[in-house]
Amino acid sequence: MSRTLVIDLDSCTGCHACTIACKGWQNANEDTRLPDAEAYGAAPFGAFLNRVHSYEVIADDTPARLIHYPRTCVHCENPPCVPVCPTGASHQTADGLVQIDAKRCMGCGLCAWACPYGARELDPVAGVMRKCTLCANRIDDPARPAEDRIPACVRACPTGARHFGDPTDAESPLGRLVAARGGFAPMPEFGTKPTSRYLPPRPKDRLGAGAVPTPLVPGGGLQVWLDKLLGRG
Amino acid sequence: MRAVPSVILFTTLSGAGFGTLAAAGLGLGAGPGVWLAGYGLAGAGLIASGFHLAHPLRAPLAFRRWRTSWLSREAWAAVAALLVLAAPAASALIGGPELRFLGALGAGLCLATVVSTAMIYASLRAVPRWHHGSVPLTYLACAGTGGCFLTTAPGVTALACLALAVLLGAVFVLGDRRVAALGLTRGWATGLGSSGTVRSFELPRSGPSFITRELVERAAGAGSPLLRLLSLLLAGLAPAGLLLAGTPPAAALAVHLAGILLSRWLFFTEATHVAALFYRGDLTPSRP
Ligand code: SF4
Ligand code: SF4
Repeated sequence: MSRTLVIDLDSCTGCHACTIACKGWQNANEDTRLPDAEAYGAAPFGAFLNRVHSYEVIADDTPARLIHYPRTCVHCENPPCVPVCPTGASHQTADGLVQIDAKRCMGCGLCAWACPYGARELDPVAGVMRKCTLCANRIDDPARPAEDRIPACVRACPTGARHFGDPTDAESPLGRLVAARGGFAPMPEFGTKPTSRYLPPRPKDRLGAGAVPTPLVPGGGLQVWLDKLLGRG
Repeated sequence: MRAVPSVILFTTLSGAGFGTLAAAGLGLGAGPGVWLAGYGLAGAGLIASGFHLAHPLRAPLAFRRWRTSWLSREAWAAVAALLVLAAPAASALIGGPELRFLGALGAGLCLATVVSTAMIYASLRAVPRWHHGSVPLTYLACAGTGGCFLTTAPGVTALACLALAVLLGAVFVLGDRRVAALGLTRGWATGLGSSGTVRSFELPRSGPSFITRELVERAAGAGSPLLRLLSLLLAGLAPAGLLLAGTPPAAALAVHLAGILLSRWLFFTEATHVAALFYRGDLTPSRP
């Protein structure tokens, strides 16, 4: 069973709650700490494992649309970030997740160059690489109630735009959602085989070329009737 | 990509150093001075590379993943080359016999080191400008030319310099064309391109980050024809002229190395990671 994130670009409102929840959760753990350099200084330099872009999609036949796009590790089945690591700090665990052993990382930064999605950031204080851990210490924590055994970002999202589960299981609700919405993996040409999926924004109202609003009342309505009555027709 | 001084120094100096050591190992230019220069350049380069690491003391761990990592392979090849060549070098210093076999073996390891260094970059699919056979070819050509100065006749070195200038020039032009032909856009990277033109409305940051600094930003001089020309001039044309005019090879080598430094700076700052598409939306070296 592969576990991963599915992100719905239709319901994401760009509130960045996931980014902050991630930061808070990772910061609480010695091995994954994610501090900012000069957090309260003149030139703060932050590290985040999730970053929400906002894009405007412009097309001729439809109003421009604002799409919020959370960018994070897409949990590749064939992760290019792992083989390049000379120390073995970056590794794939038995359940397929890519993790970093902070004590072995020498901070060469090569893995961040190898990841096509820009998903890895160097901890500017400790000098070791960080990436999304899929909150391994939450999702497998038997002490948590079942509904809490999900990544911190999924828990925090107020619109339910982030899902956690196995989208390859066609029978599961998540599998059905991904199939129904045409979920896609980003940059598939890179051969990274992401397990994550993005659900594309749903189509919105469209105005056809030269379209005018259809009259509410057939035959022209009250004004035409009055005009006729007063002999102005 | 971020052009870090330590990495520019490392690839330039150790390239020329291993080139010189390879030439010495092959018996092209004997003499203690050549060996010392080779070891000095290669050593200085390797030390510079340590400054790139956030945890240099953990560098010994880099020997562990030679099966998959070119950085690890480079570490092995460099250490092996320096160790194997220690015997012929020591023999040359004390005026002993020329250890031909070890010299040739060491020369092969030197070239393997240079290729491994280049492959660290060429193996990255996420950096289209680097993901190409021209990168190891260029690194080998630079190291080979650098190795000629102190070991071969000035005429031969001058020829190598001219050939290098042609190669470097061609790589600039072909690299530009190759990246442009890929036609990678923000719409492709985000997967939103099928429904229209994708414009960045707001960036996910209030300041610079590791990602923007390492992968997205480029120096103002990136793609500048003037700087590109200057790098060809310093790395190839000027040293060739100096050598033909009878300047001491060491002085010409210094000019050549200045050119390689500039060309490596361009190599890094002109290459752009595909993640830059999420930010600025294009991979071209020069600003429109
Ligand atoms: S998205 Fe990047 S960091 Fe995550 S597994 Fe893939 S290559 Fe590695
Ligand atoms: S930065 Fe750390 S995890 Fe990444 S390749 Fe280097 S040693 Fe490995």
